[in-house]
This record gives sequence, C-alpha cells and structure tokens, in this order.
Amino acid sequence: MATPVKDPLTGAETTGHVWDDTLQEFNNPLPRWWLWTFYGTIIFAIVYWIMYPAWPMFDSYTKGIGNNITYKTDAGEEKSTHWNMRALLANEMQTGEPALKQKAYLDKVGAASYEQIAADPDMSAFVRSYGVGMFGDNCAACHQAGGQGVVGQFPNLVDDDWLWGGDTTAIETTIRGGRMGYMPAYSKTFSPDQLNQVANYVLTLSGQPADAAAAAEGQKIFQGETGGCYMCHTKEGKGMHAQGAANLTDKVWTIANVDAATTPEAKLEAVKAVIHNGVNRKMPVFGKEGRNLSDTEIKVLTAYLQQMSAGVAAK
Amino acid sequence: MFKHESIETNSGLLIVLTLVAISIGGLVEIVPLHYINETVEDVKDPVTGVELVRPYTPLEQRGRDIYIREGCYTCHSQMIRPFRDEDLRYGHYSLAAESKFDHPFQWGSKRTGPDLARVGGKYSNEWQVAHLVAPRSVVPESIMPNYPWLLENNLQYADIKDRMIALKRVGVPYSLTKVEYESNVKRFGEDVAKKLDINTAENNLMAQAQKGNYDGNPNKLTEMDALVAYLQVLGTMVDFKKFDEDHFIQFR
Repeated sequence: MATPVKDPLTGAETTGHVWDDTLQEFNNPLPRWWLWTFYGTIIFAIVYWIMYPAWPMFDSYTKGIGNNITYKTDAGEEKSTHWNMRALLANEMQTGEPALKQKAYLDKVGAASYEQIAADPDMSAFVRSYGVGMFGDNCAACHQAGGQGVVGQFPNLVDDDWLWGGDTTAIETTIRGGRMGYMPAYSKTFSPDQLNQVANYVLTLSGQPADAAAAAEGQKIFQGETGGCYMCHTKEGKGMHAQGAANLTDKVWTIANVDAATTPEAKLEAVKAVIHNGVNRKMPVFGKEGRNLSDTEIKVLTAYLQQMSAGVAAK
Repeated sequence: MFKHESIETNSGLLIVLTLVAISIGGLVEIVPLHYINETVEDVKDPVTGVELVRPYTPLEQRGRDIYIREGCYTCHSQMIRPFRDEDLRYGHYSLAAESKFDHPFQWGSKRTGPDLARVGGKYSNEWQVAHLVAPRSVVPESIMPNYPWLLENNLQYADIKDRMIALKRVGVPYSLTKVEYESNVKRFGEDVAKKLDINTAENNLMAQAQKGNYDGNPNKLTEMDALVAYLQVLGTMVDFKKFDEDHFIQFR
C-alpha cells in the first residue's frame, strides 16, 4: 500500500483525491459520538434478539426470554406465553387500568335500571361519553350524528315518533335483533285512479290539503280489502308498532318527504311514490347474531338514545 | 486489512455486497413465514370441523375486482391490528387466515377512510348503495368521492371462469374436476363447495345476485351488486364467539 498522503497544513491523512487544485478529501476517523451510538444500536439489537421473538429457526423461531405475558382463558385458566401482541392485547383487556375502569362502569350500568341510570349523575356521564363513541361507530352512519336520520331512508331517532315503539324494551329489541321495515308495493294492485285516491286520503289523515272527493274514495280502499292498508296502519291510520307501521295521523313524515314538498301537488306525488313503490328497509342486527354488542352495550346505547331525544325535546 | 476503499473502487464487488446486505432483511423476515406452520391460523368450526375461511364466491370475487379497480385500497385498509383502540372501534383483530385466499391482499398501510376488514353486516345494503353513490348523503363530513356509475354499469361477468382459473393457479381452491369438488366438500361443506365450482360459476353468480338483491334493483345486475356483496362478506367468515381468544394466541 502506498504511503498515506498528508495534508501539509493540518497534518491529517488524505485519500489522495484532489479537485480544483487544492480541494482534498480527508480520511478523518468517524466522530466518536456517532461511532459509540452505532455500537450501542448493535448491543440493543442483541438484547432485543434475546428478549423478543426474533430469529427464524427450521420450523419455528426464537421466542424470546424474560418477558412472558400472562392472560386468562375463557375458562379462567391462567396461561403464560412468550411476548406477542395477541397475548399482550388479551392481558390489557383483562387487567389494564382503563379496561378495568370501563368494565366496572359497564357492570354498574348493566345492573342498574334505566331510571337509576338517569337519576345517577355518575352513570349518566358514563353513558354520555361511552354512548357517543358507540353511537358514532354503530348508528351515526345511517341515523346521522345528531340522530336526525335521513327522510326516506333512515328514521329520525330524536323526534318522539317511533315506528317500532319507543320504550326502552322496544328500543333494546330493535338494536339487538335489527328490523325489516316492509310495505308491499301497490304498483300492480292499484289503478292510477285508486293510487291517487288513497294518497289523497293519507294526506287528509294529518290535515294536509287534499281532494276531498278522492279522499273519500281512498278511505274505502284504505279501510277495505282492496288496499288492506288498515291491517298494519289500523283503521284510524295510527300505525302499529308490532309491524313497524307508521302513524299517518301525526305530522311526522319518515319516508314520503311531504315536509320538503312546497306545493300540494308535490306532496301528493311524494305520497303516491311511496305507495306505488312500497318500502323495503333493513336495520342490521347488533346483537349476538350480528355485530355482537353485549347486552350492557345495548343498554348503554338505549340510555344514550334517551338522553339524546330528551336533549332535543328540551330545546 | 480490508479497507472500504477497495469496495468503493470495485463496482462489481460493491453491487454484490449491496445485494447481500439488503436481501438479509427480506430473507430473514419473509422466507420463514412460508414454512413456519403457525403463521396462518387453523380456523375450523369447533362443531362441524369445516374450515370457516372460504374463497370468495364468483359475485364477491367480481366485487373485489371492482374494489381494486376503483382504488378503494388507496384510502381503506383491511387489517385490524391487535391494539385495544382498534379492537374497540373495528372489532376483533384480523387473522392471517382471513386473507389467505386474497390475491392480492388488501391489508394496506394508509387509512384516509376507516378500516374495512370487518365492515360486512355493519350497514344495510341500502346504506352501502346510498353511500357509494353519494357518500355525503349519509355521512355529511365524508371526503370520499362519489361512485354513481356503479349503479349504472352492467356487471361484466363473461370472463368469470377465466378469472377463477387464474386464481386457482395461484392456490385458491376453486374446483374444476369432480375430485377437487369432493375435496372442497370435505374442507368447506357442501353448500360452500357448490359456490366454489368453476363449472357453475355464472349460474352461482346470477343466483347470489338475485337472492341478495344488493343494489335494490332486482331487474338489473350492476357492478354495485358485486361490490356490495363483497363488502357485506368482509370479516364475517369467522364467528369469533365460537373461539376462546387463547386459540389464536397459541398461533403466535
């Protein structure tokens, strides 16, 4: 090897490369702090290899020593295993402070009645904070963040008008098992005249302007076997929770967007369209057969809904 | 002494040593996954013994193709990680077994929209249709683009058999022969095995679309039918109520 070239000014060793007459590349050693950090990372890697799952072997891998994780099986048996994310999650859900705190509250709410929850500020606050997350995750996509729904598609939850019943038992049943909202399409059953008559009658039920003569004919169809509307909506048009049939006598429109229609003709068309096409709506199952929410979570949601509609009513 | 100078001035040696250095990470991390049996979990129904994770039906597979065509994966991942926050929001963490028939898999690494690994059954078909056509009609704060053509385009499925044969070549157990069909009956049960038969793919696709009526229009087979059918099956194959968490931990 050739004798190292030295820079005459500093005496430092150079690589021998020279640019532009005097620009030289020095062969300085690496900065000490950098070098020791580099050695440090090597030592860290070796410690890591020993403690955590790391190196592949023939049909397995090194599992790591010294940081086992314990967790409980469903049967309550305590198990200990090498470090891994799945066991870590199980452990965190079973013994983590936030999880235990949450569980304590859930147990408390689960054991309480709705009246007790509403009367207890602590439980009410928990329902509010846990419920807002659950509602956002499970309900808001359809029923909207404020629970106001989308007319024609997803029912309003805060207007005191309930298709399937608004007491806590009915709401729980709805969440747990989902609902199939169904009204047959009358496109083939009714002639255009009959359709017009029934729609006029439906409008009169809630005091909307309508053609009185047509409505009188419509009433016969509604309450008779031609339409059979009364079977779900009752003869008075008050609806039936067991069928999810809407109350037609209140001024709340959940499917035909009568409120948005400005002229009597448009209102009539809106109602006619619903009778013509029928209704076929589905709310998913959130209980065990579907999204698998626990009974307590369903209770929290129901209590949260009560708070929501009470809040809106107060305004 | 072997000086870095001798590597830096010899480009052939530099290339070889660079390749050696960068392939170590890949070899050590990826290769063992192919022969360590515990990588993909064993997910069999505890009662009947049939495998719970099955290949997609022809209709779902076409929906998956559309999912990829529209680039859904650029904003949506399909991978729930084993963290408490993800468990609470999305549900059970994803299993390796749940994407073993995915070619290519849709795990993703970027969430602009939410994770979709367990979106199946979370919303009704009507919601999915309304949301895909105009996301802001149901989620006002959404930044997702509109996909109205899904409801207008007829679903092209003339090449469904070729698509399934291509997947079969890379290891998805669709059946062509009687023997393969019988093997699927054993693995997945008869109902599922029928849907995985390439010979009856077109009929199966039509039957599922008609029965499911995913797009709300029974008279037309649209791309929406296929995409919603795919979305509704995501993450629903494994019923986690049937398993002790311990079962999945043992595979790690």
